[in-house]
Amino acid sequence: MRKEIILLIRKEMVLEWRQKYAINGILLYVISAVFITYLSMGVGQGNLSVPVWNALYWIIILFSAVNAVAKSFVQEHQARQLYYYMIASPEAIILSKTIYNTLLTLILAVLGYLVFGVVFGNPVADKPMFILNLLLGAMGFSASLTMVSAIASKAGNNGTLMAILSFPVLIPILLMAIQVSKNAIDGLDREINVEKIVTLLAINAIVTACSYILFPYLWRS
Amino acid sequence: MKAYWWKILAIALLAYTVIAGLLIDVPRLPILNETIRALFFHVTMWFGMILMLVVAVYYGIRHLRTGELQHDDMAVEFTNSAILFGVIGISTGMVWAKFTWGDYWTNDPKLNASAIGLLMYFAYLVLRNSLTDVYQRAKISAVYSIFAFAAFIPLIFILPRLTDSLHPGNGGNPGFNAYDMDSNLRKVFYPAILGWTLLGAWISTVRVRTRRLERKMEDKLINL
Repeated sequence: MRKEIILLIRKEMVLEWRQKYAINGILLYVISAVFITYLSMGVGQGNLSVPVWNALYWIIILFSAVNAVAKSFVQEHQARQLYYYMIASPEAIILSKTIYNTLLTLILAVLGYLVFGVVFGNPVADKPMFILNLLLGAMGFSASLTMVSAIASKAGNNGTLMAILSFPVLIPILLMAIQVSKNAIDGLDREINVEKIVTLLAINAIVTACSYILFPYLWRS
Repeated sequence: MKAYWWKILAIALLAYTVIAGLLIDVPRLPILNETIRALFFHVTMWFGMILMLVVAVYYGIRHLRTGELQHDDMAVEFTNSAILFGVIGISTGMVWAKFTWGDYWTNDPKLNASAIGLLMYFAYLVLRNSLTDVYQRAKISAVYSIFAFAAFIPLIFILPRLTDSLHPGNGGNPGFNAYDMDSNLRKVFYPAILGWTLLGAWISTVRVRTRRLERKMEDKLINL
């Protein structure tokens, strides 16, 4: 099982590397989104208040993550999917895609953070906490988005469906991540965050477990 | 009698809820005053909704295990009634909020959680309509409904507890917590939950039956 997952993750990476336009496109998406936000907020007035900084950042990450993960079940042809169907177990496929998408979302989030920091200034006081929170948020986002993109791909995969199916599911994760990141930016005592991080972890675990259990039914149809 | 005793029970319980809910003595609390009676008509909607969603998820799981369409009928109709209850719950809540909190919509975690829940299940209906094959529709929507329910439960039960809510019983508001919810209120509250849920189940089963009849008629037309 573990070998299978590692192989599948490597396959995803090789595929991504071969057609670089997808990853480059999504990276550019993040940068342009941040820049558009910067221009819309009024150039020169640069200083955003912390809650606004935080909210804008997470909204941009949310939209880029939805766009990045949406393709995970469509980029491959029907015939190739059939091939995977024969050689790999569905559990390995969903786990490998989830892990790969976590990496992708994490890269997006870190890139977004860097660009945000350059353009808007970096107010984060507790950086390790912020990064840990990014990691947890990326895990949650990719776990639910991978499952939703599998569902949406069965239904003809239009962008609207992906968005409306995923947003409500993502909201609990987003809310917890925003709260933790707000505390990290303010540099509050880490003890305050413990409960929230545990909740975030629990939500991630629930979502991952659900997609692990439910994905085989989707895959078979 | 065996088959429909619960319908009679539903009528009796609801009649009791309406009459007793409007007439019994209620504790007078600041701000809440007489609006505490919303407990029987608004709060019970949410309990009914959650119970019916649980039933829908149960039938969704049964559908995934057996692949039979009759379980899917139950799942979708119970979800429909749950959505109906949710909409009623949110609109009664808005009217109540206007009189007690002064606004139709406040930034309250419980309000937001219920609105998100409704968004989730509206998305479920859109997903169903976007699929044309009956079996595929049943299977994929069952998967989404279980997945959404798993995300919805932490939302309504965990998140409101992490931040202060304006709802009675939370964060220093006057309300029906252990001390205030006196036995008089309880006497109506629990039967009301049961009554409304039974009514929802009744609506769902009627709709399931029409759905099955329609399918039968279609089959007949095709096989003619």
